[in-house]
Amino acid sequence: MNTHLIGTDVNRIDGPAKVSGAAKYAAEFFAPDLLYAVAVSGAIAHGEIDTIDTAEAMKVPGAVEVFTHKNRPHVSWFNKSYLDEDAPVDGKPLRPLYDAKIFFSSQPIALCVAETFEAARYMSRLVQVTYTSLTHQTDMKIAVQEAKKVTSSNRDGIEAPPKPRGNSARAYADAPVKIAKGYLSPTEIHNPMELFATTVIYNDDHTLTIYDKTQSVTNSQMYVCNIFGLSKNDVRVESPFVGGAFGSALRPQYQLFLATLAAKALKRSVRLTLTRDQMFTLGHRPETLQEIRLGANQDGQLLALHNESMQATSRYENYFEVIANWSGLSYLCENATMEEKTVSMDTSTPGDMRAPGAAQGVWAIETAMDELAVATGSDPVDLRLRNYADKDQNHGKKYSSKELKACYTQGAARFRWNERVATPRSERRGTALVGRGMAGGVWESPQMPAAAKATLAADGTLTVASGTADIGTGTYTMMAILAGEALGLPLGRVVVKLGDTELPVAPLEGGSWTVASVGSAVSKACKAVAERVFTLAAGINESPLKHASFQDVDFLNERIVLRDDPSKFVTLQSALEQGEGKPIEEKADSGPNMFKQHGYKSYTHSAVFVEVEVDEDFGTVSVCRVVSAIAGGRIINHEAAQSQIIGGIVWGIGMALQEQAETDHQFGRIMNHNFAEYHVPVNADVHDIDVIFVKEEDDIVNPIGAKGLGEIGLVGVAAAIGNAIYNATGVRVRELPITLDKLI
Amino acid sequence: MVGKLALEQRKDLAVATTLTVNGNTHTLDVEPWTSLLDLLRERLQLTGSKKGCDHGQCGACTVLVNDVRVNSCLCLAVMHDGDAVTTIEGLGSEGNLSPIQQAFVDHDGYQCGYCTPGQICSAVGMLKEGHAKTEADVREQMSGNVCRCGAYPGIVAAVRHIMATSQTEGAR
Repeated sequence: MNTHLIGTDVNRIDGPAKVSGAAKYAAEFFAPDLLYAVAVSGAIAHGEIDTIDTAEAMKVPGAVEVFTHKNRPHVSWFNKSYLDEDAPVDGKPLRPLYDAKIFFSSQPIALCVAETFEAARYMSRLVQVTYTSLTHQTDMKIAVQEAKKVTSSNRDGIEAPPKPRGNSARAYADAPVKIAKGYLSPTEIHNPMELFATTVIYNDDHTLTIYDKTQSVTNSQMYVCNIFGLSKNDVRVESPFVGGAFGSALRPQYQLFLATLAAKALKRSVRLTLTRDQMFTLGHRPETLQEIRLGANQDGQLLALHNESMQATSRYENYFEVIANWSGLSYLCENATMEEKTVSMDTSTPGDMRAPGAAQGVWAIETAMDELAVATGSDPVDLRLRNYADKDQNHGKKYSSKELKACYTQGAARFRWNERVATPRSERRGTALVGRGMAGGVWESPQMPAAAKATLAADGTLTVASGTADIGTGTYTMMAILAGEALGLPLGRVVVKLGDTELPVAPLEGGSWTVASVGSAVSKACKAVAERVFTLAAGINESPLKHASFQDVDFLNERIVLRDDPSKFVTLQSALEQGEGKPIEEKADSGPNMFKQHGYKSYTHSAVFVEVEVDEDFGTVSVCRVVSAIAGGRIINHEAAQSQIIGGIVWGIGMALQEQAETDHQFGRIMNHNFAEYHVPVNADVHDIDVIFVKEEDDIVNPIGAKGLGEIGLVGVAAAIGNAIYNATGVRVRELPITLDKLI
Repeated sequence: MVGKLALEQRKDLAVATTLTVNGNTHTLDVEPWTSLLDLLRERLQLTGSKKGCDHGQCGACTVLVNDVRVNSCLCLAVMHDGDAVTTIEGLGSEGNLSPIQQAFVDHDGYQCGYCTPGQICSAVGMLKEGHAKTEADVREQMSGNVCRCGAYPGIVAAVRHIMATSQTEGAR
């Protein structure tokens, strides 16, 4: 493959639309006589609605209807109709307005619909509700007594812990050096900037066009069709732009259900936008407690490893994510036991949030490894090299590629790791203590089945299409680069379509698999087009490519060029003229090559180096310098890849220092459900960030050799920050976030 | 598009309000409790200004009122009778970007793009205020605009690029 575009810095092709306000998100589509809806949230954490009085609300000028469980139209009553592609199969998904039952605080209990947004909002204040409360439990420290062991997977790709290897209890007892600590991470909320919204356009022929905030139009379409008994032909879901999601839009959220219900019942177009506080119930990173025990020899070589992990879940779905397993994956250790338990509570179901499970799991093990480095007097990088694994320890399989050693070396050099003093409190800058720490990161790089279509028009414009999403990840541009590369076209000649159920089906936009999956499908479709173009080119009278085969040519600068003699070529234009102006269209399905990938596991890796300043009097932390070295396979768009990693690091800063949803257990309700009290990093919190992509070649992982980068940037960052804070202050904090009260 | 019925409902309580938005003057019947943001988005269909919190906590709704940056979700539209409002659509269009919009593209000062119009309007307001001299100043004075994608380094680079260019231009 030639690389006139791949790996270079390409500005996003959707950039001009985004910076001019032309990019349209779910709440920004219009229809004649559009209705506005506002959802009403329940006030109790567990119990039943006794009465719900909508009379006052209906008196508001412009009121159209209030939907409740009392008057809602017929919907499917089967739990399974509410399942979606990312739901745990053994759960009972939320059925909004289904009956009087309340499972969590702020559960949607009514929908007010009016001619204007202002009227609907006013109505929502006037709905009178009485409840019978049942006892609730939202405190994991108490609910922990009812913890249930995870023994099998209930979602695709989400594994239960592997069987224990060796005898970790005995090896731990015999180990000369022991670390045994508990690591606590809090509930975190995705909080994408765009409020969750759905605009349902009620078409004249009674079909629906739904603009939804989603990471999968296919998932939204299936959900709506199953619940409302509609055929796919009656429901088109579009989502051309998504204002961030980070996993929160993998599952259909309740605004989709409610807006569709109202539009169908009223036979009118409806827009429903949730409020920021309602978004605190759309899934969250679950609270975890990990009990880790490491046994090692005096050199820090691991002899025993335990992680007993506990994570919060809801009562209606036994959602869990992979947390403990990350401990046993990456380091050589013959005796390892990992356990996962879930603790059901009266909250909404947690949901995948950027690097789900790894964010917490890798934080804990990488913090414990730092503690082991301190206990054995080892350099943290050397300690990791001493325990370096050339095989995936949990599955006993080879890595398709793992250039983590290059990450350590290049990251340490760029960071000037050799200047670090191991003894805490050794360096000061004014009133601040300065510290340096590091950690490793790892995330999966799977490939999923995906389809794409490529159409080369007679004028040489190439359109590539796939029903995937661009949630800020750079999917539009990635598809354009791969398409332009395959046919030797400048980006200006490539049109990309995505986020539409009319397009070929793509997997959920998550799991860092979009570039691998959709990218491979786009490449395959474009290659099929290229082959047909070549046939046309070779068929021209006296064609210089007459005796060449497809393997002998490159597509460069709108020409089909003989590789061994670039003076021989046919222009794309001539080839298309030979095709008599007919467009050339190819659809491709792409999926993992089981034969090639058998015996291998694929991951992205990182080494993160952090410098912090901690004010000695106030305990305030500034992350002044971060170097993150990433082994992420082939980089498609260097500029967007770098932004992905920077974004992940900013998330790591939030996770380490700021983010925590705090529940008032008396009411079972999140207290800080807004941006003023749930802190996320702002511009002033972010300083020098330096990203390195080490060279990593991998022809097993997928046909294009690229690994997704959406999650790896975050993994390990919180541990590196905590380790740097220890180096600065001598204080080890094992409970996130590391707020100033824990340091003074 | 506001339906006929919606307009009927408004008549009794509405207050006639005149706003000049991106150079175009509109006189509208506005309920006093309508925010400037909702008016821009739903009545004028200028959806470039975004709703991220509706509480003045995220900055996604930032627009310029008489050249001063404000959170339009915290403004009642009727309070701005006679004012001149500039939204992202007024700074430049997809095919004709202003220098600062182009700088955001060139420095990848965004990912999902949702906070971006607010970031750009805020940057224009901040540059006009003239207090930001250093990179640290830019970070501090742009901290009212949350970017959950974490594109802050690109945002700062884009703003610094404009600062450097305008200094050069000023020196000429």
